[in-house]
Amino acid sequence: MILGLDVGGTHTDVVFLSRKGVQKHVKVPTQPDNLFKSVLSGFTLILENVDPGRIERVVISTTLTTNAIVQQTVTPVGMIVSAGPGIDPQSFRTGDHYYAVGGSINHRGREIEPINEMEIKAVGETLKKAGIEYVGVVSKFCVRNPSHEILIKRILNKQFKQIFLGHHVSGNLNFPRRIATTHMNAAVYPLHKDFFQAVEQSLEEMGLTVPIQILKADGGTMTLGASMAFPAQTVLSGPAASIMGAIPYAPEGQDAVVLDIGGTTTDIAFLVDKTPLLEPVGIQRGGYRSLIRSLRTDSKGIGGDSALRVNEKSELMVGPDRIGPAMAFGGPVPTPTDALVVLGLMEAGDQDRARQGIKSIADQLGMEEKQAAEHIFKICCNIILKKTFEMIDTLNAKPVYTVHDFLEGYKFSPDTILLMGGPARFFAEKIQDMYQLETIAVPYASVANAIGAALARTTCEVTVNADTEQGVVTAHEEDFAEPVSKSFSREDLEETAYSLLKDKAENAGADPDNLNEVEVVEFQEFNIVRNFSPRGKILRTKIQLKPGLIHGYESMLNQQAQGN
Amino acid sequence: MGMNQCLTSRRKEIKGDTMLNASHKTGLVFFPAFDWAIDSTHPEREERLLYTQDQVSEEGVFDIPGIIEYKPEIVTPKDLQRAHFCVPDEHTVTTESHHLISAGGAKAIANAVMLKEVKNGFALVRPPGHHAMRVTHGGRGFCHINVEAVMVEYIRSQFGVKRIAIIDTDCHHGDGTNDIFWHDPDVLFISLHQDGRTLYPGTGFPGELGGPNAKGSNLNIPLPPGTSTKGYLYVIENCVLPVLEAFKPDLVVNSAGQDNHYTDPLTNMNFSAQGYARLTAMLKPDIAVLEGGYAIEGALPYVNLGIILAMAGIDYSGVVEPDYNPEKLKQSVSVTDKIKKVCDQIMTYWGQRYEMREAAGEPGQIIIRHREVFYDTDNIFDRQKEKIRVCRDCGGSFEVDSKAVPGHHVLGVHIPINACKACREQGYEFYEQADKTRYQRIYLQDRTTDLYEIKQ
Repeated sequence: MILGLDVGGTHTDVVFLSRKGVQKHVKVPTQPDNLFKSVLSGFTLILENVDPGRIERVVISTTLTTNAIVQQTVTPVGMIVSAGPGIDPQSFRTGDHYYAVGGSINHRGREIEPINEMEIKAVGETLKKAGIEYVGVVSKFCVRNPSHEILIKRILNKQFKQIFLGHHVSGNLNFPRRIATTHMNAAVYPLHKDFFQAVEQSLEEMGLTVPIQILKADGGTMTLGASMAFPAQTVLSGPAASIMGAIPYAPEGQDAVVLDIGGTTTDIAFLVDKTPLLEPVGIQRGGYRSLIRSLRTDSKGIGGDSALRVNEKSELMVGPDRIGPAMAFGGPVPTPTDALVVLGLMEAGDQDRARQGIKSIADQLGMEEKQAAEHIFKICCNIILKKTFEMIDTLNAKPVYTVHDFLEGYKFSPDTILLMGGPARFFAEKIQDMYQLETIAVPYASVANAIGAALARTTCEVTVNADTEQGVVTAHEEDFAEPVSKSFSREDLEETAYSLLKDKAENAGADPDNLNEVEVVEFQEFNIVRNFSPRGKILRTKIQLKPGLIHGYESMLNQQAQGN
Repeated sequence: MGMNQCLTSRRKEIKGDTMLNASHKTGLVFFPAFDWAIDSTHPEREERLLYTQDQVSEEGVFDIPGIIEYKPEIVTPKDLQRAHFCVPDEHTVTTESHHLISAGGAKAIANAVMLKEVKNGFALVRPPGHHAMRVTHGGRGFCHINVEAVMVEYIRSQFGVKRIAIIDTDCHHGDGTNDIFWHDPDVLFISLHQDGRTLYPGTGFPGELGGPNAKGSNLNIPLPPGTSTKGYLYVIENCVLPVLEAFKPDLVVNSAGQDNHYTDPLTNMNFSAQGYARLTAMLKPDIAVLEGGYAIEGALPYVNLGIILAMAGIDYSGVVEPDYNPEKLKQSVSVTDKIKKVCDQIMTYWGQRYEMREAAGEPGQIIIRHREVFYDTDNIFDRQKEKIRVCRDCGGSFEVDSKAVPGHHVLGVHIPINACKACREQGYEFYEQADKTRYQRIYLQDRTTDLYEIKQ
């Protein structure tokens, strides 16, 4: 038996799943200023008449960190950044307590300039005086050689509550994103820690003693313990929960698009053979860019509650803002939901108020009421699908770096659209009609996000580099480094990577039965040649446990859906 | 949920005015061809752009607002036929597709610039191309097809651009590009390179000024070994920029070789990453294309970063090689003197370009040139005999008889894109009168109608 809980912007959804399918689901309003209470009341309701001893797994997805970042209630963090040659590190400033210090490491991981201990101590003093308790330390190319970060931590360790190091966040190269990610980790850590310790304690009091799993932005889970080292991974877990919830209904061996149509926004994501696509480097939203592994999603400001207007050219404008709910539900301005009511697709709501709202739009457009409602409905589908196809173009235009990849380039081309969210079932038929693409409204659409959280399996990734000229294989993200001989091969590298991945996954709470979905994301091999003679090899690989669902529940969900 | 907008505005607030931003849009194609090498220890091998990619990725260059990464395209036989006579055909010369993708990288940037999606762009592609000549029988100086020439001819045909300047700053004489535009008064070709008496390909002396109809639109500026940043920038300021000012190109292309660097294993110069960035900022190319550069670990990561930042209008003052010591790299007084002399000489030639064209022959006259071309990469020896019609109204049609050993004996006829009526007729006369029994193939490259024809 599994519990999945997803805190959304307006509702908190909880599901109770057994191998027979969904046993129970509840919805409680989210209290944005007291998420703890929302989580607690969700669990209290779902556990009514359920023996907590039968629960084997609990997965939680919250907007805690996302909200804190958006509302700027995160903890102030001291950042110490060592850059060396290149772009001025002041360009990557995270806030007031940001210090660029000396020291430099090059792209091969060789030290160019040592760290100046006196300088670090002085920065430490300044941070201390400013009342800073949490510090992030990032050096350029630390993923090749983290010794400067480690040294800085050693110098300052006793003075601060917690110091976060850049090389622990990712094996990817990207200094500015590493700075932003390390900063975010430190900034949300105290909040995350307090919140989940309180949740854990309350659940224990209810008799729920299984380890809590937390959903990450990449649609995978980690244990509460593992989350403490990298709490920023919980940012944007909401969209991830929804996408994971669509997977049971995605076609096997084909490409599919997931559209989650909400009140104000529509989230768009992609599945290839039931596996969601990931962002190539990390979460990126507007100007914000990080190294946080994330499902590839984007959103468009259109949803059931988007405000409808007619501009001076007599064209219909949808959103991107929401002024209130639909007029049918007491709102001040007409919305797409009102159009659905007028068309008779939606039975709930106040018919007269919906018609009144749509009539005001119809008059400005010079149309009949029904005709206008139909027009609004079509335009909404158009906007959503246009954005989707733009994203697919971007996806397929992704640069490649080898002749092989150029010639073999995979083109994403969806056969199916999976619709989620409140108005999903009304849109499905229309979109299928307009675009001739099979369009499915996901069953249990209103709690599919909680189902997605409940069934998400553990994900993780390791990046391993070997440099046989320097005689070393490293995965600094995992604090791993070992000497190697000149004959170190691709097979040796893969073996090292697999064993590191297995350890990492088990530490993050993976079920050993679910460890077979390993994928080699990247492999590169280069001869190092100097003065026309070979000196060694550089071998690089990145492997991951793919996002997906834990075994044993999917088929039941499908059968149950058909039975419905 | 408004996360997009909120995170963005939060980001702006945190960063304030320190936020990195390109001053305009700059396009980049990055195609390191990580799976292709001439052979495993050859300088032109997989590893060449690896450390550049590491540096550029670690600096987060592709995240900078205003910098847009493009995927390379692939050039077609049609694209090659505008710049080359590929012998026996395009497919044989470019058996391996990396040549087509490398040139396609430049084409992608050209499209982005010409369609005004970006203000300027840099194609970081390999293999290079500037040693490939109009007649190409195979590989010369690591090049099979001329990336810049294919791109320039594409731009002329597709977008109707008339006057183009190509500034080749690779350390080796850009003899291939020089050959392709030898007779073209509308393409200004300037090559700065290490003196041919001391480096491959051994050509590119100041007296090599172009064909009779285009004298002075080819300028070769040999520089003495030991030329430093100061020397390079002196040439740009006192020679290249004044010539560009007078030529008034519609488009400036930079063949951005990076082997003038003080650590390059194949050359003897003292140029630096700061120097390259300065040069780029002064030259303001619309399109830069990577050429050579084989100090792959100590130079390329910094030089490429410097060029990218300079093209995007971002501060590059922090881009310095770890072992950079300007004192040690200072050029000697005698080097400075030699550079000044060669610049004066070039400016004199430039001033006399019209007189030199007048003196080269009477309109309608046919001038013959004999030459030999050696293909070091593929070990081919080519003997050429070229005939061109002297013309004051256009670049002049010409034919080139090319006999390669080992290889084919062919004749190529070129009619320039803006050919006058008389030259067009002359071109067709060359083509029709060619003796089919003498040549394995006879090619016609009529640029006025973008036509390419082969007789066997």
